[in-house]
Amino acid sequence: MSVATTHPGEHHEHHPSGILRWLTTTNHKDIGTMYLTFALIMFFVGGIMILAVRAELFQPGLQLMQPEFFNQLIGVHALVMIFAALMPAATGFANWMLPLMIGAPDMALPRLNNWGFWLLPPAAILLTLPFTLALFGIGDGAIATGWTFYAPLSVQGGIGVDFAIFAVHILGVSSIMGSINIIVTIFNLRAPGMTMMKLPLFAWGWLITAFLLIATIPVLAGAVTMLLTDRHFGTHFFNAAGGGDPILFQHLFWFFGHPEVYILLLPVWGLMPHVLSTFSRKPTYGYTAQVYSFIAIGVLSVIVWAHHFFTVGMPVPALIYFMFSTMSISLPLAVLFFCWIATMWRGAMSFETPMLFALGFIVLFGMAGLTGLVLADVAADAQYHHSYFVVAHFHYALFAGGIMGVMTGVYYWLPKWTGHMYSETLGKWHFWLTVVSFNLTFMPQFFLGLAGMPRRIPDYALQFAEFNAISTVGAFILGFSQLLFAYNIWRCVKGGEKAKDQVWESAEGLEWQLPSPPPYHSWETQPEIK
Amino acid sequence: MKTFVRQFLRQSLWTLLALPALARADYSWNFPEPVTPIARDTLKIHNEFMLIITALFVVVFAIMIYSMVKHRKSTGHQPAKFTGPKGGLQWFWALLPFAILLFIDFVLMGIPAVHAIIEMEDTKTKADMVLKVTGMQWKWQYEYPESGVKFVSTMSTPREQISNAAAKGENYLLEVDNPVVLPVGKKVRVLLTSTDVIHTWWVPQFGVKRDAIPGFLRETWVQIEKPGTYRGQCAELCGKDHGFMPVVVHAVPEPEYLAWLDKKKAEAAAAAGSGDRTWSKDELMAKGKEVYDKQCVSCHQANGQGIPNAFPALAGSPLCNSEWQTKDGKLIKDSHVDRVLHGKANTAMQAFKNTLSDVELAAVITFERNNFGNTMGDMVQPAQIKALR
Repeated sequence: MSVATTHPGEHHEHHPSGILRWLTTTNHKDIGTMYLTFALIMFFVGGIMILAVRAELFQPGLQLMQPEFFNQLIGVHALVMIFAALMPAATGFANWMLPLMIGAPDMALPRLNNWGFWLLPPAAILLTLPFTLALFGIGDGAIATGWTFYAPLSVQGGIGVDFAIFAVHILGVSSIMGSINIIVTIFNLRAPGMTMMKLPLFAWGWLITAFLLIATIPVLAGAVTMLLTDRHFGTHFFNAAGGGDPILFQHLFWFFGHPEVYILLLPVWGLMPHVLSTFSRKPTYGYTAQVYSFIAIGVLSVIVWAHHFFTVGMPVPALIYFMFSTMSISLPLAVLFFCWIATMWRGAMSFETPMLFALGFIVLFGMAGLTGLVLADVAADAQYHHSYFVVAHFHYALFAGGIMGVMTGVYYWLPKWTGHMYSETLGKWHFWLTVVSFNLTFMPQFFLGLAGMPRRIPDYALQFAEFNAISTVGAFILGFSQLLFAYNIWRCVKGGEKAKDQVWESAEGLEWQLPSPPPYHSWETQPEIK
Repeated sequence: MKTFVRQFLRQSLWTLLALPALARADYSWNFPEPVTPIARDTLKIHNEFMLIITALFVVVFAIMIYSMVKHRKSTGHQPAKFTGPKGGLQWFWALLPFAILLFIDFVLMGIPAVHAIIEMEDTKTKADMVLKVTGMQWKWQYEYPESGVKFVSTMSTPREQISNAAAKGENYLLEVDNPVVLPVGKKVRVLLTSTDVIHTWWVPQFGVKRDAIPGFLRETWVQIEKPGTYRGQCAELCGKDHGFMPVVVHAVPEPEYLAWLDKKKAEAAAAAGSGDRTWSKDELMAKGKEVYDKQCVSCHQANGQGIPNAFPALAGSPLCNSEWQTKDGKLIKDSHVDRVLHGKANTAMQAFKNTLSDVELAAVITFERNNFGNTMGDMVQPAQIKALR
C-alpha cells in the first residue's frame, strides 16, 4: 500500500530550489518543517531573554539591568514562548503528521497554509523590533506590561505596546488560518472508512484546539484593538473616567487566555496515547473516554476564565461559580491521566527517549494539575495569586506539559521525518538534564511564592535570596541543556543510522506504513480503512 | 559586568555544592505566621489541600511507577490487549477514582472553601473602622476617613542599596517612611482604589490580597490579633518601580493607636498652618529637594535628566522654564504648575494635588524651576497653590 503512493519523477515533484522553494511551497511537509524550525529558533530567543532575567534575579539588588528593561524581558519572553515557540511547534506537528496519519495527500488548503506560516516571521520581528529601535533612540523599548497587556498600564506604555498589539493581530490571523485548514482537512480528507471515532487521538486533540482558536482568538484581537483605540483614538473602553472599566480588559483577555492554555496542551494530550501505546506495546486504553474528555475540556475551558483574577474583587456568587467550574476541569483531566496510566498497565514497556519524555511529562504535568486544583480555591488563591507560586505552577503546565510534550513528539517522529535515527545517548542525556534542572529551577519557586515573593519584580527582599539563587542555577543548566536537543536534531537531519518505515517496534497508524522519510507527496491514492 | 560574571560562577558553584545542605539553611517552606482570622483560615485550608494533593500525587504515581518496574519489556513481560473496562467489577474500579475526585473537589475542598470565601468577603459586619488605601505609581496613600488623617507611604530603602553601592539593610525593599498604624483586635474595613494603573495591596501575614483599581472602590478586611510590624508589597505589575512599593503595617494596642492618630492630626494642622505664611526661597528650595527625592526622582532622576524616550528631562525643559500664570494670575494650561497639580493623562505623571500639601507642591515646583541648570528665578508660594485648588 505504501509503495503505491510514490511516483518518483512525476512532474509535480519539481519545485523551485533554494529560498524560493521555501517561500512558495504549498507542501505540508515543507511547511511543517518551517513551522518546527521557526519554533526551535524562537524557543532559544525566548530562552535567552529569560536567562537574562534569571541572571538579574540571581542575587538581591540590581546588577545587570534597570527595572524598565526587566519588565520588557519578562513580557516578551512569555509572548515569544507562547505565540512563537509552542503554538508554531504544535502547528508544525499538525502540518507534518495530520495528512500522514489520516491518509490525506496534503492539507486541504495548501496556499492558505503557506501564507499562515509566512505571517509568523514578520510578527516575531514586530514583537522584538522595539528592543533594537530603542538602541537607536527610537521609543522606550518593547512592551513592558507582562504578556497580559493589562489596561491601564498598557494604555500608559510606549510604542512597544503598539508593536505587540500588531504582532498579536498577525499571529492571530495566522493561527485562525491554520485552524481552518486543520478543521477542513480533518473533516474532508480522511481516508475512506476512517470514521470520526477511528480518527487518531492526535487529530482529535488538534481538532478541539482548532475550534478553541477560532472561538477565542477574535476575542483577544478585539480586546487589543480596543486597547489600541484607547491609546490613540480617545476611546474609553478601559478608562473609568470615561465610563469604561479596566477589569473589562481582564475579562476579555482571559476569555482568550484560559482556553489558550488548552490550545497549547491539547495537541500534546493527543500525542501522548500514541507514544505510550507504542512503547508499552499495547493498544490505547479508553479511546472514546479520551475523545469525550477533550471535548469536555474544550467546553469547560471557555467558562472558567475569571479564576485568573480572583483578587480584583468579584461578587461572592461569581467567586463560587468560577471556583467550582474550574475545579470541575479536574474530572476530564483525571480521565486522561487514568487512560495514560492504564495504557501502560500490563504492557511491555521500553524506555527510549520519547517514552522518557512522555513519562516525565505525565509526572510533572500531574504536579501542574494538582497545584492548579488548589489555585482554584478562592480563599487560598488570595495568597498564591500574583506570587511565584503561580509562576511555578504554569511553568509546570507549559514547560513540563507543553514543551516537554513537544519534545516527546519531536523524538517520536524525527526518524519518520528525516529517515535517520537520532542519537539515543544524547537524547537520554537531554532528558535527564532537562528534568533535573527543570525541577531545580521551578520547585524553589513554589516555596518563594508561599513565602510571599510577588512575581514580576526585578529585585527582592533578602529572605528570598537562597531560593532565587538555586532557581537561577537551575535555569542556566536547563537553558544550556537545550543545546543538546538542537544538536541532536541537527545530527539526525544530517545523517545517521537509517530508520525503518515503522521506526518503532509496535507503532501503529497510517504514518508508519509510509517510507521514512516519506516521499514529497504521499497518500496520493488514499488507503482504505476497514 | 565582568565581576558579576565571576561572582555568578563562583556563587553558582557554591550553590550547587551547598544543595545537600539545603535543609539546614534558613528557608521558609510555607506561608509566614498568620496574624488575622483570614490568614489562619487560609493557612489551614492550604495545609489540608497540600496534604490532599500530595496524597493524590503519591497514590497515582506509585501505581505508575509500579507498572514501570513490573511491566517492562526487558523483564520479558508480555503485553496485555485490553482497551477499556469490561464487566461490572472493572467498571467499578475504573469509576471509583472519579467518585473520589468528585468528593475531594466539591466536598472535601469545596465546602471549607465556600465558608472561607464568605468570611473573606464579609467586610461590613461589625467593622470597627475604615482604612482607605490608594495605590499610585509607586507608593501607597493611606487615609483614615473618620479622623481625616491622610498620608503617603513610600519605600525608604536608599537607592545605593539597590545598586549595590551600600550594604543591604535587614528590611531591604520592605521598609517605608510612613508606615500604616492599625489597632490590634479591631475589624478594619479596607477600601482600595488607585489613581493611575492597577496595583495590588498584599500583606502575606494577613492572608489578604486585593487589587486597587483606578476609578473603582474595592474592599477587604483585616483584624490583626498580634501587635507587630507586618510587611508586604504591591503584587500587580504596575510599571517601572513595581518592585519598590512596599506595604508596612504597624499593629499596636488601641491606646497607642489613638495617641498616634492625635499626633498625626496635630502634624497635619501644623503643616496646613505653615502654608499660610510666606516662605523664603531657601526654605522652599530645601523643602523642595526633600520632596523631589521622594516623589519625583524615580522617573525624572537625581540629575533631572529623566530617562530618554520614557520619562522627560526637567533640565532645560520648556515647561520648567516658562511662565505658569498669566499676567492677571490665571493658571496657564499645560504649564509647569498645571502639570504638577493635575498630571498628564495616560502617563505615569500623576495629579500631585491629591497627594502633596500646598507647601510641598510650592516647594518642589520652585526647586525644579531653579535647579538642574533651570534658572527661572521665580518662587511659587504655598498660598498661590492653595488658591488654585
